Amino acid sequence: MAAVRLVGTPVRRREDPRLITGRATYVDDVKLVGMVHAAFIRSPYAHAKIVRVDLAKAKAHAGVLAAFSGADLHAAGMTASLPVAHKMPDLKTPPHYPLAVDEVRFVGEAVAVLIANDPYIARDAAELVEVEYDELPIVVEVEKAMAPGAPLVHASLGTNVAYAMPLRAGDPDGAFASADVVVKQRLVNQRLAPVPIETRGVVAQWDAGAGRVTLYSSTQIPHLLRTQLSLILGLPETNVRAIAPEVGGGFGSKLNVYAEEAVAAWLAMRLGRPVKWSETRSECFQAMIHGRDQIADCEIAAKRDGTIVGLRARILANLGAYHQLLTPVIPTLTVLMAPGPYRIANVDLEVTGVFTNTMSTDAYRGAGRPEATYLIERLMDLVARKLGADPADVRRRNFIEPSAFPFTTATGLTYDSGDYAKTMEKALQLADYPGVRARQAALRAEGRYLGIGLSTYVEVCGMGPSAAMPAAGWDSATIRVEPTGSVTVLTGISPHGQGEETTFAQLVADELGVAIDDIAVVHGDTDRVQYGVGTFGSRGTAVGGAALKLAIETIQAKAIKIAAHRWGADPADLEYRDGKIGLRGDPSKAMTTAEAGFLAFMGDQLPPGLEPGLDATRRFEPPNFVYPFGTHVCVVEVDAETGKVSVERYVAVDDCGNVLNPMIVEGQVHGGIAQGMAQALYEEVVYDEYGQLLTGSLMDYAVPRAEQLPHFDLDRTVTPTSVNPLGVKGVGEAGTIGATPAVVNAVLDALAPFGVEHIDMPLRPEKLWKAMGTRSNGKVSV
Amino acid sequence: MGRIELEVNGTRHELEGVEPRLLLVHFLRERLALTGTHIGCDTSSCGACTVLLDGKAVKSCTMFALQADGRAVTTIEGIGSSAELHPMQEAFWAQHGLQCGYCTTGMILSAIDLLRRNPDPDEVEIRTGLEGNLCRCTGYENIVKAVRAAAAAMAAAQPVREAGEPPKSPGELLEVGGSR
Ligand code: FES
Ligand code: FES
Repeated sequence: MAAVRLVGTPVRRREDPRLITGRATYVDDVKLVGMVHAAFIRSPYAHAKIVRVDLAKAKAHAGVLAAFSGADLHAAGMTASLPVAHKMPDLKTPPHYPLAVDEVRFVGEAVAVLIANDPYIARDAAELVEVEYDELPIVVEVEKAMAPGAPLVHASLGTNVAYAMPLRAGDPDGAFASADVVVKQRLVNQRLAPVPIETRGVVAQWDAGAGRVTLYSSTQIPHLLRTQLSLILGLPETNVRAIAPEVGGGFGSKLNVYAEEAVAAWLAMRLGRPVKWSETRSECFQAMIHGRDQIADCEIAAKRDGTIVGLRARILANLGAYHQLLTPVIPTLTVLMAPGPYRIANVDLEVTGVFTNTMSTDAYRGAGRPEATYLIERLMDLVARKLGADPADVRRRNFIEPSAFPFTTATGLTYDSGDYAKTMEKALQLADYPGVRARQAALRAEGRYLGIGLSTYVEVCGMGPSAAMPAAGWDSATIRVEPTGSVTVLTGISPHGQGEETTFAQLVADELGVAIDDIAVVHGDTDRVQYGVGTFGSRGTAVGGAALKLAIETIQAKAIKIAAHRWGADPADLEYRDGKIGLRGDPSKAMTTAEAGFLAFMGDQLPPGLEPGLDATRRFEPPNFVYPFGTHVCVVEVDAETGKVSVERYVAVDDCGNVLNPMIVEGQVHGGIAQGMAQALYEEVVYDEYGQLLTGSLMDYAVPRAEQLPHFDLDRTVTPTSVNPLGVKGVGEAGTIGATPAVVNAVLDALAPFGVEHIDMPLRPEKLWKAMGTRSNGKVSV
Repeated sequence: MGRIELEVNGTRHELEGVEPRLLLVHFLRERLALTGTHIGCDTSSCGACTVLLDGKAVKSCTMFALQADGRAVTTIEGIGSSAELHPMQEAFWAQHGLQCGYCTTGMILSAIDLLRRNPDPDEVEIRTGLEGNLCRCTGYENIVKAVRAAAAAMAAAQPVREAGEPPKSPGELLEVGGSR
């Protein structure tokens, strides 16, 4: 009887029992004997010279063990900069010390740290630290930072421009000159805060006997963190252990090496005591990376029939004050993905990375691709409007057709596979597009404003081929068949909500014929797991899962040799059938992986020359990125009296290739849409002209609550890829990438009768109300 | 320093030396090692710290430990274990109502309190009823589904059913994992 296959079914998550009962261990739950607590003292100024740091009063406070300034760390030899990963030849990389030494460059930059017996005392004592500053001129906006004579964030560089990346292909000038219509639009992609509900946190422990430091950190990348800490601390890499315990959400924000991680490790070594730091939400808004923050001046050229012939964009990316791990790289993805799912042969694009006196931007869910999708999807709608065409028709006319794959874009990427029209037709049908259009027309006559927005996206993920990545792009998996037949899986990725303890076990259970409860999936501990790159860039299954598939194949090949020897058969005649080893043509012969594993352990009945043991470590080096795609349709009504947006319907048809667990895939899409919609309607990080953060708490930064989001209708198409052996494409970021333009396009479609062509996000009621009021032609009563 | 007497998850505790400014959430996490109650903000905005105080949901970061003197506190550890899940925990699991799990413990307690006040909420009532709890992972879609499933399961488990309503087995309502 064939075993029930788990892959492709909604297996309940094996992570959940510990999570729903409150028995999971997040970093703030880690308690070690003798543990002391760190508090950071942060700059209230966006740009200033540090004149003097006086720690005397704080040190004298009862319960305080020690306090250090940036200069103290330097004097003690902690002079390394925090890392930035890139392969850009001309990138300007100013020093970035864990604690500011002589100058602060954004509000919230850490200037000193103190350690106390108790976290309450640590915070009391932090108030006693006196720092004298000399204010320097401030620049917050990219366009001002580019102006001649602008204040310099890093005077030593002589410029605020960190890099410029131009990309021209085809004949953009010719295309624009011969086009029937040209649409110009400036698009602001506002700054966002990732806001995982668990903030950052660290526990660092020094084992003086072994000379080893262990860092528990709420991180997405334990191995990369270990490597970087060993460099920063000057310890052999083998003497650094990084552990990602349960991690309460990341969305890219914990794909980094942060000052506080380095300082906590250094303090533990210095004091010989375990050191804990738990970030407050206020600190998190100031000093955890932000996302997005680009201004794009765009032009798109089209023929009268809607064919797009050329695209131009000058993009200014606000990098913040320093490079964090991937700060400069993220905006380059916007340029590469700007053509979206369309055939656009002629492009003239450029992104310029600019320093300002703000927190660094870096990877936030989608990371450069939401900006690209927003750019091209807004422009497609503007072209449709200019031509008086249906936005769906304009898209249909320009899609790369299914037979064209693999398709190399003008920006040099090779899309693996796709059927863009298929997801769009399916989504339009689910949303009853003609019906909604008819209702829109009827309601407009009554003075009610319905809008329908489309977004057809393609994203680059499964990060990625090492040659195209700022650092290693492969990942790893180990499978160990233990003597009793239970199976240990060690994965190099570091899940924090994505559910690979379940999906990876599903895969192993099917392929090796092991009960899912006999499989343990281990991750996030550099002492237990072979080197892996981590969880980000929708790579967990597409790269880590692919490595697991390779390891399964190696295990199967060895188990077959063991069984063949036992049966006196030729290994070439054996195969895995429904998770068991069988002999072709002889259904009576069967051996389980567990039995082969036991023989491999006993070691006395193995073919000559075959090593005992049944385990394998494999790495998957992706030959290409993968390119999931989809269509999102949003239907909104905008209240002309108040400007309030109600989302009436949200339909998403995504294609992420093969699916291991549809329940988990849908969950990823739900969460992604929520974050994309939040950018369209609610969220915005705001600094004032003095570089003060005005959105520094959850009272001011509008993370949506349940009542602010609608129900999402999901469906899928399945277009597998040959880039990896599972045929999967990755889904973690798709929802976010697809959602933002769908919502914005819907709102602007609703406002079409008012002649409103564009409003920058977030589309808050007052902005919409004003736009409708000023261009109402007397239609709106106030 | 104060003295506090309270019941937590059915166990009586008498503790001396409680600092008057100590927040209930820190008391539970640090003094009683009940770390299932999480902290997600410093402005009473996120609900990660939700516990039940005399059966009603409160944000434990918003009150001092001493204010719980003489009261009964229920944390996530007190409502069920892996061996014996509360129907709400069961429903969050079955409906995939969590991803990273950080908001989940507070969300489950808020949802239990919501059903105490309104045993049969519709989608809008669930969404408004959970407005004090933020989730960044799920988009709330499956949280809403979980609360509806739990409401049905808990109603079915009641001995008295409304006339004419067919009995429902919790299993029937909860076994569905996907959401197509
Ligand atoms: S910790 Fe956020 S509301 Fe209590
Ligand atoms: S499950 Fe992660 S915040 Fe809700």
